[in-house]
Amino acid sequence: MNPIIEVEHLRKTYGQVVAVDDVSFHVAEGEIFGMLGPNGAGKTTTVECLQGLRHADSGRVRVIGLDPNTQAQQLRRVIGSQLQESALPDRIKVWEALDLFASVTPDAADWRVLLEQWGLAEKRNASFGNLSGGQRQRLFIALALVNNPRLVFLDEMTTGLDPAARRVAWDLIRAIRDRGTTVVLVTHFMDEAESLCDRVAIVDHGRVVAADSPHGLIAQHAGQVCVIFTTSNPEIGWLGQVPHVQKVTRKGPRVEVEGTGPVLARVAASLVEHGIEPSDLRVEQPSLEDVFLKLTGHGVEE
Amino acid sequence: MRTLFKLTWAEIKLFIREPITVVFTLALPIIFLVVMGGVFGNAPSTEVYRGVGAMNYYMPAYYGLIMMSIGTVALPVHLAAYRERGVLRRFRASSFSVWSVLGSQLMVSFIIALVGSLLITAYGLLAYSVDPPKSLALLAPAFVLGTVSFASLGFFLGAVLPSTRSAQGVGLILFFIMMILGGAGPPPEVLTGALDIVGMMTPLRHAILMLQDPWLGFGWNVNASLIVAGITVVSAGLAARFFRWE
Repeated sequence: MNPIIEVEHLRKTYGQVVAVDDVSFHVAEGEIFGMLGPNGAGKTTTVECLQGLRHADSGRVRVIGLDPNTQAQQLRRVIGSQLQESALPDRIKVWEALDLFASVTPDAADWRVLLEQWGLAEKRNASFGNLSGGQRQRLFIALALVNNPRLVFLDEMTTGLDPAARRVAWDLIRAIRDRGTTVVLVTHFMDEAESLCDRVAIVDHGRVVAADSPHGLIAQHAGQVCVIFTTSNPEIGWLGQVPHVQKVTRKGPRVEVEGTGPVLARVAASLVEHGIEPSDLRVEQPSLEDVFLKLTGHGVEE
Repeated sequence: MRTLFKLTWAEIKLFIREPITVVFTLALPIIFLVVMGGVFGNAPSTEVYRGVGAMNYYMPAYYGLIMMSIGTVALPVHLAAYRERGVLRRFRASSFSVWSVLGSQLMVSFIIALVGSLLITAYGLLAYSVDPPKSLALLAPAFVLGTVSFASLGFFLGAVLPSTRSAQGVGLILFFIMMILGGAGPPPEVLTGALDIVGMMTPLRHAILMLQDPWLGFGWNVNASLIVAGITVVSAGLAARFFRWE
């Protein structure tokens, strides 16, 4: 697949502050690409440079074959954008905003459909100023999609949404991707990146630390599976000899077995063989959070 | 073009929904007219009001007042608030051009100035039987130039004033100075010395002369119209130079 976005050695500073140090990545057409990192990592500045809203100090950027520095207006017509810090006039009505933003492109989407999809039909005639945070957020996503973009940037799109609305938003984003629109998702939510993104770039201190599918990142950087159970049987030394087991730790009756690949099946079989049948045997799969901690040395909320 | 018209229509609706600006821009001149008419009536004067009746004098002067209040208060505050709140940023990211954003403001300014002027004209005709304009053919271009000039001033102020608060502060100071010394308050003949000099430096003084002369039958005021045109060019140039989306 051809890359729809190519970024090479992007750098952006504000005086002494380095917002984006050295960022390179590419996004393939038709995927959901996540940029995951803590606040201040440079994610937002990066996507703003990609939309031509800010000028990078150096580096080469191509978005849909266009240079955001010199062809910004042309580019913005074919992309959608949901910005973190923006607003509409307080007294504009929801339908008026959609109708207005749809007028920018001749082949705009039917905003009435977007109104339904994003759960705003009842708020059609409400003023922007009277919308809740979640409703505003959904309106901004709808506005980002109203010009039928080939590529859409969503910057912290689920911030302010309640858990149910987040799930709905994820499903809708997948539906957008399935229709062929490429999605660039900026987020600091691990679960969002892990469940929604085809590929994720982990951004920290203005650099891309790693980029791969969530599965690939986990396999490469946090392959350890942890099998946990409790038993009163003191004799479990043999567990260390079970294939794929790397480490066994015991705290009282609680036993944690770390290993790789099919470690769960092997451990379970051996336990039964030794007459131990714990009723609370469970497994903890490593998550993106573990990858993040390992690669950056800190949590995402710091 | 479609965006320009949609945005203009949206802005008209937003203007109507904002009671403070409606009152300030449209009702204030009528209130002045009621007060001034009550005090001075419309009998021709020999010492003040350029030798014509007070109401005949104020009719075109209040046209200028409306344009001026749009240019000093309504537009700068509107643009500064749009920038401060991220509305301009939102517009820009969705590929609204600067021309559709400012063009819609210009069109709205023109429509508001026209509606406001028709309102005070209707009131003047009914309550004081003011003389209608002697030359509509000359008044019309003066009206257009005056509106464009103050809109440009508004774009300039909206471009350089960093926040809504500063736009409100600076705008109101300019509004009152111009209103009192620019010819829309006391008759210019009673202003002497420094007051008259400051009055002569306000764009409103020249805009009013440009509007009054065709109305009162004094023909086209070349000097005043050149000054107003000059202010337009300079303001528009500075606005283009300093306009910021965020």
